[in-house]
Amino acid sequence: MIRYIIKRLLWLIPIIFCVAFIIFALLDLAPGTILDTISTENLTPEEYQRLVEEYDLDKPMVYRYAKYMWNLLHGDLGRGEATGLDVWREYISRFPATLKLSFAGLIIGVALAIPLGIIAAKNAGTWIDNLVTGFSMIGISMPSFCLGLILIICFSYKINLFPAGGFDSGFKSMVLPAVASGLLMAGTTARQTRSSMLEVMRADYLRTARAKGVPEKRVIRKHALGNALIPIITSIGNTLAIMLAGSAVVESVFSWPGVGRLTVQAVNSRDATLTCGCVILTCIVFVVLLLIVDLLYALVDPRIKAQYTAKKPKRRKEA
Amino acid sequence: MKKPETAVTKKKKKPRSRAGETWHRLKKNKGAMIGLAIIIILVLIALYTSIFWDYNTMIVKVNIPERVQPPSRAHPFGTDDMGRDVLIRTLYGTKYSLIIGFGATAIGLIIGVLLGAVAGYFGGFLEDVIMRATDIFASIPAILMGMVIVCVLGTSLPNLLIAVGITAVPAFTRITRSMVLTIRNQEYIEAAKCIGTPNLKIIITEVIPNSLSPIIVVASSRIGSCTIQAAGLSFLGFGVPAPAPEWGAMISLSRNYIRTAPWMTLFPSLFIIIMVLAFNILGDGLRDALDPKLRR
Repeated sequence: MIRYIIKRLLWLIPIIFCVAFIIFALLDLAPGTILDTISTENLTPEEYQRLVEEYDLDKPMVYRYAKYMWNLLHGDLGRGEATGLDVWREYISRFPATLKLSFAGLIIGVALAIPLGIIAAKNAGTWIDNLVTGFSMIGISMPSFCLGLILIICFSYKINLFPAGGFDSGFKSMVLPAVASGLLMAGTTARQTRSSMLEVMRADYLRTARAKGVPEKRVIRKHALGNALIPIITSIGNTLAIMLAGSAVVESVFSWPGVGRLTVQAVNSRDATLTCGCVILTCIVFVVLLLIVDLLYALVDPRIKAQYTAKKPKRRKEA
Repeated sequence: MKKPETAVTKKKKKPRSRAGETWHRLKKNKGAMIGLAIIIILVLIALYTSIFWDYNTMIVKVNIPERVQPPSRAHPFGTDDMGRDVLIRTLYGTKYSLIIGFGATAIGLIIGVLLGAVAGYFGGFLEDVIMRATDIFASIPAILMGMVIVCVLGTSLPNLLIAVGITAVPAFTRITRSMVLTIRNQEYIEAAKCIGTPNLKIIITEVIPNSLSPIIVVASSRIGSCTIQAAGLSFLGFGVPAPAPEWGAMISLSRNYIRTAPWMTLFPSLFIIIMVLAFNILGDGLRDALDPKLRR
């Protein structure tokens, strides 16, 4: 199992190299440079030349890329070209806000979706099922910014209950963005819960459990949900990863000071170092999160855990 | 004279073609039919508005005296900050979202299917390279990739299409490769090889058509998510540039007036939701129709 984790984490290295190269190459092709963002009007030609040299704009893209990667290997993500601030510190200072929002959304989404999915699966084919399926379909089909703005119109302008944005008023300011991202997650998860519960419902072991007199509640909670959990976890993990990575939209709706907005600012100011740092760090979060989801399988399903442990001696024999 | 003939043809028709069979099953699905009807209506709206309404005088012309008016009989959806009718702009915007939904999916489909087919069919080194590249590409979050690509190419409709389309490639590559792996060793492929058909022709005439139905399923569910993604990019300012009535861009512009003029936000949002919903319902129906085994 540890071998597996290490293998997956080692995969991050080529990913980081390639991602950084792609971003550098693309931003190099983009019209305009960092000097368009910094005001250069009052500079003398010599000063301008010094700036060009400072940012290595007179050298080829590959040189800048190599320099960046060399610094990265020494654990230095560089400084934002427009702001002059340390990229790592800036990202880390913004990250908790994004994490908080995503987990609040996750909790709301899961708390809504799993009970709804189970109820729909239990009453498959009735109006309850149709209602839940319909709601989850709408949840999937709603772009997060539409939902966010509709929530703002309803709850902060029509009835002045929650602030429309910002980070200042603590818990209250988190409600709307968390609901906006949570409802979207609920749609996907409820659908997945329903379909994997339906799949399990017909299994023989449920009939056995009922036949030996296990109460229905326990049958559903332990025997059915336990076996249906793997695809549900996959779906939740993927949605959470997308939520964390794609937080730019929700964050910009609610002026939430997270990493998504930082990335948007970086791209807008043609700041290659900051963009690259943001994208690389977000990719790492993305990949690690997907790894955690994979490891959760082993925690949930003893059969998979057995596979991990069974593999070890086999490999040793090969070697 | 006629009656026996129809009876005969009916009998002959009974083994339907695969497309016919799918259509027959799809027709029974009420939701999918509603979705299809909505999409057809939206396509008609897009066609009629772009033929009969002049872009310069009706869509982008500034009309300051009538700015920010609430919905009324003259302007059922109200007017925006430039005095333009929100209803007309929203209807005209249908065109953009449809083009993006279909176009971006088509780009992802063509590139992804070709890469996946090549990877699965040839195997070996080529497969490794393509699949590892796909893995790396898929680990960059789609919206970040889209932002960077649009930033490079500049904001315009074709560039938005490319940005969204490219991020859809990995899904198609993976599904195509896994399908091709299962049919690579079938006898008809071997037969085609024996009679000397060139590899490229085998891929196009044998491999891809036989792995089509899961690809169609992925494509139909992708249209909705491509539309959402493109609208999100437009909303962030990485989409169709300002005066064009693209829904995401309209919503983005309306945010400054959200307190005083919520109709500017609500109606384009409603249209996005309806369109994506229609595509998703139809996609679901299509999946059930193409793969009856999955049906519950």
